[in-house]
Amino acid sequence: MNEIARSILSAEFVYSVIRVSTPLIFAVMGALLSEIAGVINIALEGMMLMAAFWGVIVSAFTGSAWLGMLAGLASAVLLALALAYFHLNLRTNLILAGIALNLFASGATVFLLYLISGDKGSSASIKSYVLPRVDIPLLKDIPFFGDALSGHHILTYLAFAAVVFVQYLIYRTPLGLRLRAVGENPEAAESVGISVRRVRYIALVLSGLMAGFGGVFLSMGYVSWFARDMTSGRGFIALAAQALGGKTAIGGMLGAMLFGLAEALSYTFQAIRIPSEFTNMMPFVFTLIALAVYARSVIARHRKAPSSSQPLEENTET
Amino acid sequence: MRRFSAYEWVRTAVTIGIALALGYLVLVFTVDDPNGAFKWFLWGPLSRMRRIVELIDYTIPLIFAGLAVSIVFQAEIFNIGAEGQLFMGAVGATFAALYFPQIPVIHVILVAAFAMLVGGAWASIPAYMKAKWNASELVSSLMMNYVAFFLGLYFINYHMRDLKAGYLVSYKFPETAWLPRILKRYNLHAGVFIAVGFVFLVWFFLYRTRFGYEIRMMGFNKNFAMFSGIKVNNVVLYAQIVSGMVAGLAGAVELMGLYKRFVWQVSPGYGFDGIIVALLARNNPLLVLPAAFLVGYFRTGAYVMSRMTGIAPEIVTTLQAVIILLITAEAFLEFWKRRKIIREAMKAEGGDVQ
Repeated sequence: MNEIARSILSAEFVYSVIRVSTPLIFAVMGALLSEIAGVINIALEGMMLMAAFWGVIVSAFTGSAWLGMLAGLASAVLLALALAYFHLNLRTNLILAGIALNLFASGATVFLLYLISGDKGSSASIKSYVLPRVDIPLLKDIPFFGDALSGHHILTYLAFAAVVFVQYLIYRTPLGLRLRAVGENPEAAESVGISVRRVRYIALVLSGLMAGFGGVFLSMGYVSWFARDMTSGRGFIALAAQALGGKTAIGGMLGAMLFGLAEALSYTFQAIRIPSEFTNMMPFVFTLIALAVYARSVIARHRKAPSSSQPLEENTET
Repeated sequence: MRRFSAYEWVRTAVTIGIALALGYLVLVFTVDDPNGAFKWFLWGPLSRMRRIVELIDYTIPLIFAGLAVSIVFQAEIFNIGAEGQLFMGAVGATFAALYFPQIPVIHVILVAAFAMLVGGAWASIPAYMKAKWNASELVSSLMMNYVAFFLGLYFINYHMRDLKAGYLVSYKFPETAWLPRILKRYNLHAGVFIAVGFVFLVWFFLYRTRFGYEIRMMGFNKNFAMFSGIKVNNVVLYAQIVSGMVAGLAGAVELMGLYKRFVWQVSPGYGFDGIIVALLARNNPLLVLPAAFLVGYFRTGAYVMSRMTGIAPEIVTTLQAVIILLITAEAFLEFWKRRKIIREAMKAEGGDVQ
């Protein structure tokens, strides 16, 4: 037990929490941007997967990690556009369209991976490139904090910048006001001349962009290869973390880091020979419990003040 | 019962046509001999008796999964946890097959019943969270899929693993827990009868019982159901539990009929295929049968193509995604429907004049 306590209190542990939180923070920002406009983005998972795949493939073929990143982001945005088109133009049920796009991403990446590398499991046989780590001057020399906060992947710092950006976007810009208006009351927004469809297009594209960053981080930073279904539920966990964090980017970030903590803890437990099946399960069990606790608290609040807040479910309607 | 109108038929046919065309297009761009590969995909499942049997074997779990998803979708509940329920059902079946008394016939029934119990119990968790606290069943059922996978593997790998097998599988089931074969030379098992039987059973449940009526009424209009005295929260609970039982049974039938032991180290994906089956069947249990056959045909075709040409069978997953998108796109081919309505209206008007 002592051993666990010591490893949790170390700078390495803080470092690893931040590291594993990175893709979740991006994904939660993606979840938030679409949620705020009243569209739930189930396809975050597939968008991340696509971005992770194309990041690796394009970086391998061009020799440039940055081009890889751009390709990854573009693929996620394309998938977001597909989701928006099917939902907003062809009136496909948003949840089913999301499930379909997740399936699509999972199938397409494995199919193409096999075609390109001859391996169905991972892209380990291809040499691909990763984005750099960044040492922060001054900070890196401070004991403990230097080890915990400096030397992270460039996208990790970008993730925290994204939190500030999203918070500013939603609450301090005209576009943010439109996003919120469309999410709160589409009919009212429409009646004052806001195009609900266009705003939701923008929301989904931004959401896809965020998911794209998360995916690119996974295959070009977290590890240096693409593996089949490597997102392993992070897109779904992000939906739960977003619900937990409420409608602010800061809340969403804290939600994401809570799950990052659960994941980092699971790695610590793995080190002391708890079966990996159990440690792998932990983030998901944690999500379930958090979801239940959150839903209970919403219900309780709802009973006390019937008019103040809408139940969670209202927003997940299509 | 929602009518499967001419419009729906055309839409389904066009959707499948587009999916096939897209599949062909992908092959043209990616492999040397697209025509040969596509021929294997289209006719492969019927080319040998062995493959026809494979096709039927593959259709069986899809029927169960399609039925399970249909039940919750009829109530407009987005529980997509069939995958995990099926997996846990299979784990439960393994436990029952290995440790329950080995009495001929009764053992099979016990295994099936236990798998249904486990599947139902697994589904009851998101169901309870939804009914009691209004927690989104979508996210919770997705999480349950992952938990099922890891927990199931723990039970198999740590407690029921056959170390002598050389790979990660459970002990072989005793013969009392095998479903009988129908054909002597081929591995076609009696699960096909159970599956077809369940098609009618679920149809009866949905369309001829009070429970089924309440499920459909809730899906039709939740508020109306509530005001007409239906206890909506109870419906939310039992619709998901019944669905989980059917999914759990799928796992048991698959293991008792086909593999005779637990063999999965990756989740088999039937639960997600079940969503496509249910959508193709418009949640009608009787139509689940042809829909499952169609999806099974696609899968088998992809496997045959993969074996003959080395193309990854995952290509079919992308085609299934296209099918979901187009089948559920309300505005897709709407012009056709509109034209028909106008034509009928004109005809009616003409009749009035005369």
